Amino acid sequence: MYAVRMENITKCFGNVVANDGVRFAALPGEIHCLLGENGAGKSTLMRILFGLYRADSGSIYVNEQLANIAGPRDAISLGIGMVHQHFMLAERLTVAENIVAGCEPRRNGLLDYDRARRQIREVSERYGLAVDPNAVIEEISVGQQQRVEIIKALMRGARVLILDEPTAVLTPPEVDELFAVMRALRESGTTIVFITHKLKETMEISDRVTVLRDGKTIGTIDTSDATPDSLVEMMVGRSLPVHDDQRMPPGEVVLLELKDVSVAGRKGSRARLDGVSLAVRSGEVLGIAGVDGNGQLELEEVVTGLRRPSKGRIMLIGKDVTGLDTGRIKDRGVAYIPSDRLKRGMVDSLSLARNSVLGVHRCADFSRRGALLENAVREHAQTIVAKYDVRAESIDQPMGSLSGGNQQKMLVGRELARPHSIVIAAQPTRGLDVGATHYIREQILSSRNTGKAVLLISAELDEVLELSDRIAVIYEGRIVDVRPASQFTERELGLLMTGQRNEV
Amino acid sequence: MSGFADVVFNMNNLTATIRMATPIALAAMGGAFSERSGVVNIGLEGMMLAGAFCGVLGSHFTGSPWLGVLLAVVGGGLVGAVLAVFAIRLKADHVVTGVGINILASGATTWLMQVIWKRKGATDLVAGLGTWSVPGLRDIPMLGTVLGMHSPLVYISLILIVLGWVLMFRTPLGLRIRMTGEHPEAADTVGINVRAVQYFCVILSGCLAGLGGAYLSLAQLNWFSKDMSAGRGYMALAACIFGGWNPIGGLGASFLFSFTDAIQMRMQTAQIPLPVEIIQMIPYLLTILILAGAVVRSRPPAALGKHYEAGQAR
Repeated sequence: MYAVRMENITKCFGNVVANDGVRFAALPGEIHCLLGENGAGKSTLMRILFGLYRADSGSIYVNEQLANIAGPRDAISLGIGMVHQHFMLAERLTVAENIVAGCEPRRNGLLDYDRARRQIREVSERYGLAVDPNAVIEEISVGQQQRVEIIKALMRGARVLILDEPTAVLTPPEVDELFAVMRALRESGTTIVFITHKLKETMEISDRVTVLRDGKTIGTIDTSDATPDSLVEMMVGRSLPVHDDQRMPPGEVVLLELKDVSVAGRKGSRARLDGVSLAVRSGEVLGIAGVDGNGQLELEEVVTGLRRPSKGRIMLIGKDVTGLDTGRIKDRGVAYIPSDRLKRGMVDSLSLARNSVLGVHRCADFSRRGALLENAVREHAQTIVAKYDVRAESIDQPMGSLSGGNQQKMLVGRELARPHSIVIAAQPTRGLDVGATHYIREQILSSRNTGKAVLLISAELDEVLELSDRIAVIYEGRIVDVRPASQFTERELGLLMTGQRNEV
Repeated sequence: MSGFADVVFNMNNLTATIRMATPIALAAMGGAFSERSGVVNIGLEGMMLAGAFCGVLGSHFTGSPWLGVLLAVVGGGLVGAVLAVFAIRLKADHVVTGVGINILASGATTWLMQVIWKRKGATDLVAGLGTWSVPGLRDIPMLGTVLGMHSPLVYISLILIVLGWVLMFRTPLGLRIRMTGEHPEAADTVGINVRAVQYFCVILSGCLAGLGGAYLSLAQLNWFSKDMSAGRGYMALAACIFGGWNPIGGLGASFLFSFTDAIQMRMQTAQIPLPVEIIQMIPYLLTILILAGAVVRSRPPAALGKHYEAGQAR
C-alpha cells in the first residue's frame, strides 16, 4: 500500500509540457527522493500533489483512496504538507503567527496565542526542531526558517511531507541537522518526498529514488541499487564526459592582485573584509572556499569596482585600479560572471540580442553615433547562442523567458566574448542543473587553459575542489589559508570554513 | 509671548482636536485594514465624500440622522466594493483606480446634489446628530471639558477603533489579514482565501471612511457641500502610514494632525504678526515633515499594491 500514488499525471503550461504521463508512488515511512534536472517537472508534480496546480489529466491516490485535490486546503486535510523552496513565510510576523495562520487556536473568538505557543513547543521538542515561537521571521536564520516551515506542515497533521530543494539554502552543518530531523520523522512513520538535483544527498538520505527527465518518469529504484553514475545517466540521458584537461602550466605573471583590502562593516559591527591579500596568476584558477556570507559578496564587489574598499589597493595587470568604476575595470580586461545574475547580469525584459551586448554596447563594433547597429548586435547574439549551446527559440525572445541554465550560458558567453585576461566567476553554477553546471565549469577551465587568470568565488565546496589550482579559505572576512588545491583535504577545508582553525 | 502660549495650550484646542480627528481616524483605520490586506487605498477621499453625501441623503429622506449614518456606511462600502472589484478582480493599478474613485465621487455627488436639491454649492439643512453630554464624564475637571460633550459619533468611533485594533491584532481573522498583505502566496498555501480577505478589508475600509464622511455632514455640519471632504481622505492615508498601519496608531497620528490644525485656526484669530497663509500652511508642513521622517522608518506590508492569482507562481 502506498501513502501517495500519482498515475499518468499530465500538466501543460501553454505549449510547454511540464509533466507528461508521470507516475510516482511513495511508501509510508520512507524518504523518497524525486531527482531530476531543473525543468524536469519535479516541482510541478509536487505542486499538483499539494493542490497548487491542477493536473490536466491523471489521478492521485492517498492511502489508495482516489483523491480530489482542488487546493492546498484539500491537500492539508488529506495529510499532505509541503515546504517550498522559497519559504512561504511572512517576514514580519512571528514564528507562532506564521505557523498557526489558517488553523488558529481560538478562545472566546480571539486567537489563543498561549495555546499556539504550547502546541509549537510540543512539536518542536518531539522532532528536535528548536525554534522560538516569539521570534520574528526576518530575524532568524534561514535554517531556522526552514524548521518553522516543517513545524507548520506537521502541526497541520502532515503524514506526507514534501521538501522542495531544502538543502539549497543551507550551510553544511544545517544540512546535517535537517537530515537528522528527516530521519526522526521517518522513524515516526512520516513519508518524506525530497526534491533535489544533488546526487550526493540523494545517495546519503534516501530509501528510494524516482528520476524525472523532460517531464517523464524515467524510473524508480532502491537507493541501495543505485550509484551516482547510474543516477546521472537516468537524469541526463547520457553520461557526462570527464573534463578535458589539456592545460598549460600556470604562468608567473600576476594578473589580479589584492593588497591588504578591507571593507568596513556597518557601524559597530566587524569588518566585512579584513586585510585580504591575494594574487591570481595567468593560467590558474584561484578558488575562494567559504560558507556563504563570510565576505564573498564583498570580495566580488570590491574586485569588480561595485564597492570601494575602505582600505587597500586592487591591481589589474600591474596597474592600480582602486576606486575605478565597474565599466572602466571591465574595459581593462575583466570578464565578470556575477553571483546574482538576475540583478546584475542581465535585463530579463530585454531580448537575448540586446542582452548579448550589455556592457559593450558602446564599443565601435556595436554602435555608431549613439545608435545600435542592429545587424552587428544580432550577429553577435547568434554567435553566442550557437557557440555556448543556448537553448532558445529566437534571439528576440526576452531573456527572462529562458531557463536559469540557458540564461547563465548566455551570460557566460557574453562575458567570455569580450576581450579579457581575467575572469571573475561568482557562484557561476548556483541553481543550475547538472548538464548546465558541467558545461559552465568546462568553459571556466578552458578559459584558464588559454592563459586567463580566474578568480572563482563559490559556496559549493565540490566546485571549488574540482576547478581550482589553488584554494583560499575565507572566514569572517579574512583569508585564513591559501594553498595549492592538492594540499587540502575536504575535512580540513570544512574545519577552516567554519572557523575551527586550531583543529586543523 | 504669553499670548502664544495661550494659543497653543488652550483646552479648547484639545476639544477641537478630538472633533477634527474623529473622521480622519476612522478613515485611517479603513486605510489600515485595506493596506494590511495588500490593497493600496488612495480612494479614501472619495469614500469619505460618498459617505458624507449619503448621510445627508438618508437624513433628508427619512428625517432620521441615524438612518443617514447607516446609509453613509453602506454608500462608503459600495464605493469600497468598486475599488475592490477593479483592484482585486480586474487587477487594475491600485493607485490609479483610487484616484479615479476620488474623481468619480466628486463628480457624482455634485451632480446628484443638483438633481435632488437643485443647488450647486451646498444642500439644504438636514437633521443632524447633535451632541451627547456624557453624565459623569463631563463633570470631571479638565477632562470633562475636553471629552464630556461631543457628537455621539466621537464616542462610537473611539470604541470602533479599539475594536478594530483587537480585530487586527488579536483575532484569527486579523492574523489572516496581515498574512495576506505580507505574503499572499503563503496565505494561500495554508488555505486562507486571499480574495475573500481582501474584499472584506477593502469594503470595510469603505464603510469606515463612509462613517467618517457622515461625521463631516451630520455631526460637524448639518448639510453636504461640494467636495466637503477637502483632502481629509489623503490626510487619513498619511495618518494610516504614520500610525504604522495600526488603528490606534492612526488615531494618534490623526490627533497630532488635528492638533496643529486647531492651533493654526486659533492663531489666525489671535493677533500674531504672521501672514494668514503662512499659518494655514503649518499643519500641511508638519504632515510632510512627519511623513518624511516616518516613511523612512515605517515599512508597508510587503505585498502592498501587488496582484495575486492563486497558483500564479511557478
